[in-house]
Amino acid sequence: MIEEKFDAIVIGAGMSGNAAAYTMASRGMKVLQLERGEYPGSKNVQGAIMYADMLEKIIPDFRDDAPLERHLVEQRFWMMDDTSHTGMHYRSDDFNEAKPNRYTIIRAQFDKWFSRKVRAAGATVLCETTVTELAHDTSGKVIGVRTDRTGGVIFADVVVLAEGVNGLLGTRAELREMPKPETVALAVKEMHFLPEEVIDQRFGLKGDEGCVIEAAGTISRGMTGLAFLYTNKESISLGIGCLVSDFAAKMESPYVLLDMFKNHPSVRPLIKGSEVKEYAAHLIPEGGYKAIPQLFGDGWVVVGDAAQLNNAVHREGSNLAMTSGRIAGEAIFQVKSRRDPMTRENLALYKTMLDNSFIVKDLKKYKDMPALLHTNSQHFFKTYPQLMSQAAQNFMRVDGTPKIDKEKATTAAFIRARSRWGLVSDAVRLAFAWR
Amino acid sequence: MTIAVTEPRVEDKLYQNRYLVDAGRPHIKVRPHVTPSANLLALTRVCPAKCYEENDKGQVEITADGCMECGTCRVLCEASGEIEWNYPRGGFGVLFKFG
Ligand SMILES: Cc1cc2nc3c(=O)[nH]c(=O)nc-3n(C[C@H](O)[C@H](O)[C@H](O)COP(=O)(O)OP(=O)(O)OC[C@H]3O[C@@H](n4cnc5c(N)ncnc54)[C@H](O)[C@@H]3O)c2cc1C
Ligand code: SF4
Repeated sequence: MIEEKFDAIVIGAGMSGNAAAYTMASRGMKVLQLERGEYPGSKNVQGAIMYADMLEKIIPDFRDDAPLERHLVEQRFWMMDDTSHTGMHYRSDDFNEAKPNRYTIIRAQFDKWFSRKVRAAGATVLCETTVTELAHDTSGKVIGVRTDRTGGVIFADVVVLAEGVNGLLGTRAELREMPKPETVALAVKEMHFLPEEVIDQRFGLKGDEGCVIEAAGTISRGMTGLAFLYTNKESISLGIGCLVSDFAAKMESPYVLLDMFKNHPSVRPLIKGSEVKEYAAHLIPEGGYKAIPQLFGDGWVVVGDAAQLNNAVHREGSNLAMTSGRIAGEAIFQVKSRRDPMTRENLALYKTMLDNSFIVKDLKKYKDMPALLHTNSQHFFKTYPQLMSQAAQNFMRVDGTPKIDKEKATTAAFIRARSRWGLVSDAVRLAFAWR
Repeated sequence: MTIAVTEPRVEDKLYQNRYLVDAGRPHIKVRPHVTPSANLLALTRVCPAKCYEENDKGQVEITADGCMECGTCRVLCEASGEIEWNYPRGGFGVLFKFG
């Protein structure tokens, strides 16, 4: 049994937990971090694109020793039907800068590195320890945790719940609701290994340059979903995710979708000859602004995916996790510096600081997007991609049909599939949700 | 036209992964039932590790050894009480090498 009392206990050593633990420990606080995995990262899954700005605010010189795969110089967006993709590519040499903005990473390696920084900052990190319960006093204030390793309660002034999207503790203590099938996506992912030169050749890359592809369309079989393909140094991460509610309603299997994506004629040549070394699955919070739960209370705050802080439209999660962890750490440090107790009133500072950050502003901007894409998934993820492909093909095939007739045929196909009113209303609603 | 894929063998995919199975202590249990709900039945298709299977009496059973602890079944079936979901003991369960 651990007799000491800590200033703070952080549950979880993912992006948000590491950011929170580092922020507090580096300010001299006495921090205990508990992680159920054998090592930090052993339970965590990400695409993974990592956004430099948010990490720089925590560890400014991270580029010196963080395990970074490639910095991104090219982004492709693909709208796919079964045999084609219509796409937009953006590549710029401007991304070859001294301090690049986005990198691909491999989470298990990255989390281990981040955890070493947390330890170096002075926190105590215990892995292979599952927190089983939050401990409360008679007033309901959180005063510590119980684990499957130690007998009694480990006490702390404040507990930071950084337990991820499927966090059991906060939901069982009724601090927040369990995610609903329509507010989380299930994603599956594989790691495909290839020699570095082969990846460079296939994507036209040199040195540490990287390229990422985000794809949507008939590959999700009419469900709300996205696929991705990211280049690492000597591997390609690829995967696909759809809302859990859609999977359940359609009785679809994620591994079937994954294999369809891998076998798509646009994807197959990119991963040809690769050796698969891992298959992973994880949930992603997709509820957006409207799904954000109560973020603080007497003796506790919740950060990262556990708080549904994830921008599904832009595929950002780790940066929101890191930033919310950092802000929680800073808020707690401020309260402690004033020698104030970790009450609900005082910890409200965390929410105030979060509301003023890009996190809540961005999530608010897209607050109507999750519901829109969900209720119209058939159109956005099946009908439109098919129509786009037909339109592009019609435009490109030279077959003696007058151009004016080709345009008419394209317009007619759109109206047939979705009706004039349907098209207008989809466009208007999408524009409003995007605004 | 649709892309032809033969139903992939999930066992082959899981074979790549590292696990430390806590023998005799499954972290997910299915409550005995006569007929499964639609969500529980859906898990026989939706679980990414194919842990759920329908037996010849039409009931759904679980073998959680290949579980990747994603939580999908929890989100679909815990609230109704059809399954009981806990994390494996510290250090046990799936161990992602890359994630
Ligand atoms: C397939 C996929 C692709 C993604 N791609 C991207 C991307 O490209 N870019 C991006 O920014 N984001 C991406 N995300 C989102 C990103 O991975 C998450 O937003 C981020 O990992 C959240 O960090 P977190 O710290 O909140 O949670 P997690 O990283 O999930 O960490 C939670 C930690 O808590 C531990 N834990 C939980 N309960 C307990 C307990 N009771 N006791 C002890 N320990 C516990 C877990 O083991 C885990 O280590 C992706 C997600 C997925 C699934
Ligand atoms: S947690 Fe995920 S992998 Fe494990 S049994 Fe449930 S659905 Fe399957």
